[in-house]
Amino acid sequence: MRETKGVSVSVSSAIERAVRVETKREPLPPRERLQQVFEIEDLTAVYGSNPALKDVSMEVYKNLVTAVIGPSGCGKSTFIRCLNRMNDLVPGFRQTGTIRYHGQDIAAKDVDPVAVRRTIGMVFQRPNPFPKSIQDNVAWGLKVLGMKDNLPERVERALTQAALWDEVKDRLKASALSLSGGQQQRLCIARAIAVEPDVVLMDEPASALDPIATQAIEQLVHELKSEYSFVIVTHNMQQAARVADMTAFFSISRGDEGERWGELIEYDATEKLFTAPSDKRTEDYVTGRFG
Amino acid sequence: MRAADLGMLQRPNDRLRRRRAVNRGMELLAWLAAAIAVAILGIVVWSVAKRGASELNLDLLTKPPVPFAIGPVQQGLANAFAGSLVIVGLATAMALPVGILVAIYVNEFAPRPIRLGVGLTLDVLNGIPSIVIGIFVFGLLVVGHGQKGWVGAFALAVLMLPLVARSMIEVLALVPGSLREASLALGVPRWRTTLGIVLPQTVGGVVTGTVLAVARVAGETAPLLFTSSIVGNQTSWNPGHALQSIPVAIFELSEQPDPADHARAWAAAFVLLLFILFASLSARWLATRSRRKIGRAGR
Repeated sequence: MRETKGVSVSVSSAIERAVRVETKREPLPPRERLQQVFEIEDLTAVYGSNPALKDVSMEVYKNLVTAVIGPSGCGKSTFIRCLNRMNDLVPGFRQTGTIRYHGQDIAAKDVDPVAVRRTIGMVFQRPNPFPKSIQDNVAWGLKVLGMKDNLPERVERALTQAALWDEVKDRLKASALSLSGGQQQRLCIARAIAVEPDVVLMDEPASALDPIATQAIEQLVHELKSEYSFVIVTHNMQQAARVADMTAFFSISRGDEGERWGELIEYDATEKLFTAPSDKRTEDYVTGRFG
Repeated sequence: MRAADLGMLQRPNDRLRRRRAVNRGMELLAWLAAAIAVAILGIVVWSVAKRGASELNLDLLTKPPVPFAIGPVQQGLANAFAGSLVIVGLATAMALPVGILVAIYVNEFAPRPIRLGVGLTLDVLNGIPSIVIGIFVFGLLVVGHGQKGWVGAFALAVLMLPLVARSMIEVLALVPGSLREASLALGVPRWRTTLGIVLPQTVGGVVTGTVLAVARVAGETAPLLFTSSIVGNQTSWNPGHALQSIPVAIFELSEQPDPADHARAWAAAFVLLLFILFASLSARWLATRSRRKIGRAGR
């Protein structure tokens, strides 16, 4: 009895918080006036013989935060790992369809995945700093990619943007592994934006962090979106409601012979998707009746 | 729980007593097996130390042997120690880079079927008796050309290669995939990721694997009998000639009739044993240290 009450209180306060942030948001311009970063058409992804995603078509817009939500196994991680060709590293992975990035199909076989990842950065679920110093974590990518001019300034700028500079400026030579989980994740964000990507993909960036660290990351995304375009996978609906301009809802579909795959159900402005979803499955998910 | 069950716990019946007896018996057997393993090492070390330690002195390490010595002449096995250093050093220099590259290819680049194939090959190579390697190298490089120190080193390198590569593969597998992903996601090419992120994590493992492989081949006799055993008594560091080595010296001295030669053989065996014990212990220490380091990075 007591437990039920606790849960309902926390959910309602989360929704209040979500709504509070939402009301602060400026209205989105109509979609035709937004600049496209990605134009995804009929993306289908397969691991071995298991389909992970079928026929996803959507656009990602410049300087917006696009959230990808959905239950576990709906292919949302697979989806964003397609956007920077990270899935190339998985044996047995195949994809069909096109992913046009500023007009160029980056899903094509002859495109160099290294060049793709160069402009489309990624932050992972678990903080994964290199076992090097804080400074070297940010500087390493810069050095390898030949961005060696003004190295200290670049490192400082990236750490400042990631809201970490004040906490680490006195111990840049200390091991990155001495930082807390939330700081490590912000360091990973600094590392990703230091090489000046165009898009930053985030695969559940806060799911391994406590609420305060999560808030810091969300704040960060909000502040940085004027410079980068973000695609964020999250299983936390409140988080999507708080940070995202656009939200895509993925769900699991089942075939006649028991096979399962992920599908894009609905893609719309966050406010619309959460308050007036046009698909019953979206409504069930965002109201907590499913997943 | 029912009362009857509780009663069984308090008043053991026959079945329970029998189980306890079997349990104790098996425990005792396992303990004995472990004790035997430790005892064998103890007996080997003790018997070699007893006969070799008294003969161990600086002259043994620095003076060459004197053939047909009459009276109390200070003679040692300097030629064997120098030869072993050169041969094993060269063997390491040959096996280490190849072994590391094999491991990098297998772990970082090769598709699964090739990975399994190379792994199996390394295991088979590791299982080939050293005398077979010896006769192979003899047929390949000694027949018609004569024995040479570097040929002996080559034979030992063949023995070291699977040991070095195998241990390196294991350490590379310990490096968390999330670190590789982090680097690749920055748009860093694969080879730079391997060099800059993956390899620095494995230094401890490389040293450990190398030290163990060195310890293993330092005592190999059979391949050296074929490739570098027809030698004089002068100390030489030139791998272009046949070089004496510790294991071959032990073998030859133990066949001599003179008890003084036997004593020197024991002393040489003692030095070899000390070296291997020291190498194994330091390898163990390095392995624990590097594993702890990688473990921290993974979190």
